[in-house]
Amino acid sequence: MALKHVNALIVGAGAGGGVVAKELATAGLSVVLLERGNWYSAADCRKDDLRNQRTTVLGNAFGPDEDRNPRVLVDDRGESIVWPSESGYSNNAACVGGGTFSYGAQAWRYMEKDFRMRATYGAVAGSTLEDWPIGYSDLEPYYEKAEWELGVSGDVSNNIFQGRRNQGLPMPPLSPNQEYQILLPAAKRLGWHPFDLPMLRNSAPYNGRAACMRCRWCVGFACEVNARTGTHNTVIPAAMATGNCEVRTGCMTREILLDDRGQASGVAYFDANDRLQRQTADLVIVSGGAVESARLLLNTRHRLFPNGLGNRYDWVGRNLHAHTYPAAVGLFDYDTYDDIGPGASIAICDFNHGNPGLAGGGMLANEFIRLPYQFMNQVPPWVPRWGRAHKDFVRDAYKRTVVIMGPVQEMPMFDARVEVDPKVKDYWGIPVARLSGRKHPHTLEIARFTAGKAETWLQEAGAVQTWRRIPGPSLSGGQHQAGTCRMGNDPKTSVVDRDCRLHDVDNVYVIDASVHVTNGGFNPVLTIFANAYRSAHRLLEAWKGSKVRS
Amino acid sequence: MPNSRRQFLHASVSAAVAGSAISCGAGNGASPWRFFTAEEGRTVDAICERIIPADRDPGAKEARAVNYIDLQLTRAFKRYRKAYREGIAAVDAASRKKFGGRFVELPAGQQTEVIADIEKSSAAFFELILAHTRQGFYGDPRHGGNRNRVSWKMIGVPFPPIRGREHYDQPKVG
Repeated sequence: MALKHVNALIVGAGAGGGVVAKELATAGLSVVLLERGNWYSAADCRKDDLRNQRTTVLGNAFGPDEDRNPRVLVDDRGESIVWPSESGYSNNAACVGGGTFSYGAQAWRYMEKDFRMRATYGAVAGSTLEDWPIGYSDLEPYYEKAEWELGVSGDVSNNIFQGRRNQGLPMPPLSPNQEYQILLPAAKRLGWHPFDLPMLRNSAPYNGRAACMRCRWCVGFACEVNARTGTHNTVIPAAMATGNCEVRTGCMTREILLDDRGQASGVAYFDANDRLQRQTADLVIVSGGAVESARLLLNTRHRLFPNGLGNRYDWVGRNLHAHTYPAAVGLFDYDTYDDIGPGASIAICDFNHGNPGLAGGGMLANEFIRLPYQFMNQVPPWVPRWGRAHKDFVRDAYKRTVVIMGPVQEMPMFDARVEVDPKVKDYWGIPVARLSGRKHPHTLEIARFTAGKAETWLQEAGAVQTWRRIPGPSLSGGQHQAGTCRMGNDPKTSVVDRDCRLHDVDNVYVIDASVHVTNGGFNPVLTIFANAYRSAHRLLEAWKGSKVRS
Repeated sequence: MPNSRRQFLHASVSAAVAGSAISCGAGNGASPWRFFTAEEGRTVDAICERIIPADRDPGAKEARAVNYIDLQLTRAFKRYRKAYREGIAAVDAASRKKFGGRFVELPAGQQTEVIADIEKSSAAFFELILAHTRQGFYGDPRHGGNRNRVSWKMIGVPFPPIRGREHYDQPKVG
């Protein structure tokens, strides 16, 4: 039996898709929200340190399914099949809420210069660095809407580098943990501007959900008390409560259906029982994340779009990037561990911009609580990797380290890309994503610089020994994946317009981090939320003008 | 992180979604293990203990890291069965060549020398068993290792793992 026609079909119930579903359903449009993963709840926390969304040695807790979703990775070692729990796969998550179900929930606004990287720094050789077609002021009201509607805690009043804001955050910060108290005076002595990390995490009851109970099971886990905020416990339930939105889980989209004129008429997807379904819709909104959104467009072939939908000028899948995370670790001569989660608490933006000779920078903050197995990554390079010396170090240092790290804004690369593989198919027979490319050398240069600042901070705070961790040059993707369906005014050098509508077809939108031209020196989620609110607003204006109604 | 599950495309493109063909401990007779033969189990146990040796605190042997590895070789680590079978054989071959005996028969000092060799000569297997030993020692007891939470007691992680709440999974020791 044919499925009932709807106004809007959204592919992917993550950060972008969740917000759009709520906005469209609230405006009265009929919406179907397709999600390939499952709907998990607070009861799925499980506190499993080896199987969660951050430490995946025994698998991902929140998708995608390990055995059904291979990708192909092309790197220095050649061409290989990789699986969701492996490094190089560039996984985010596959569940209702997407990455927001199990993330760290830092709630950053990008800075004004983050939208004007090319204008600020000029061309960077070998990079497709460019300005966004929108600016901070276009997003500002929607940043505020995201902060208040979803709920952000923190105190950013001492962040002198942020763009203009009309009001503060709706919730105060969590009370400071010990790392905060160690790092705050040190940053001030250095003349920096430390402040309380903004987080999508309740510090007090908000919107009917409880406050954070300060446990150590945070990033990578379900929040057991629902204090951490994602689309799964805010906008998606709100969308459903309108009666206009149906969420279908376990549904893998194969392609966007196009009519003779090349207009979208819906999607073809495999439902939870692996039956092929056709859902027709007036509008198709692609919100699968930078890898899967690009894959879906490239898997949508048509006489008019032989190289994939939106790909007339070969920009779909290009510029895949995320963040490079340099870190410094400091060893103290007293216990710094206090078991008060989430751990990350204090940040500076003194080195996001204005660094001599560098095209950008990144925020720095202390790291979330390190669980015992995660501590393996904090052991310095001069300690033997096994035997008595390694065990001695872990026993001695586990409770005495502080880690400072931060996302370096990356220089986008045209050849860092998502394609569809010509041979390898997933469980459903759909060609899989094929990832290739690497980081720009200047990104690593910036990373070395900010790691040095992180180390300075730890030394000033009294660390008796410090060391740095600088990432390698391999391709960035993962949870902060972005860039593959660039937003721009020129159809020849971008995929969607400033309203996130495909240049090629006027009833298909891409609303997720794929459209980010650059990705800021910050965790991207609040920008994904804000841009989704803004794009939904623009979409509804067009809809009310009947421009797209079939 | 070890990455030996990566399937290089020249080997098999169509096998993308196929499972492992290596059989599970069939015919391992009186083995107390699920995957390992009794002999393999003893060898892995000894390797783990050299990677994380007992001192004033228990080592990998007492934490039963080998049980973690064996159990996971029937679950998430099915893809590593071949690597273990071959890696264990390589360790014994290296032991015989260097000291004229099987790995488990050597004194601790000589075992350490053999592993130092293996770290270079069988790097992929070494990285695998290094990571798995750490997981079996420092990871959650529910997966078969870290018996009696010995590593968590060693580093002083407060327990229960969530302050004021105790409805987490109880450890299921091997």
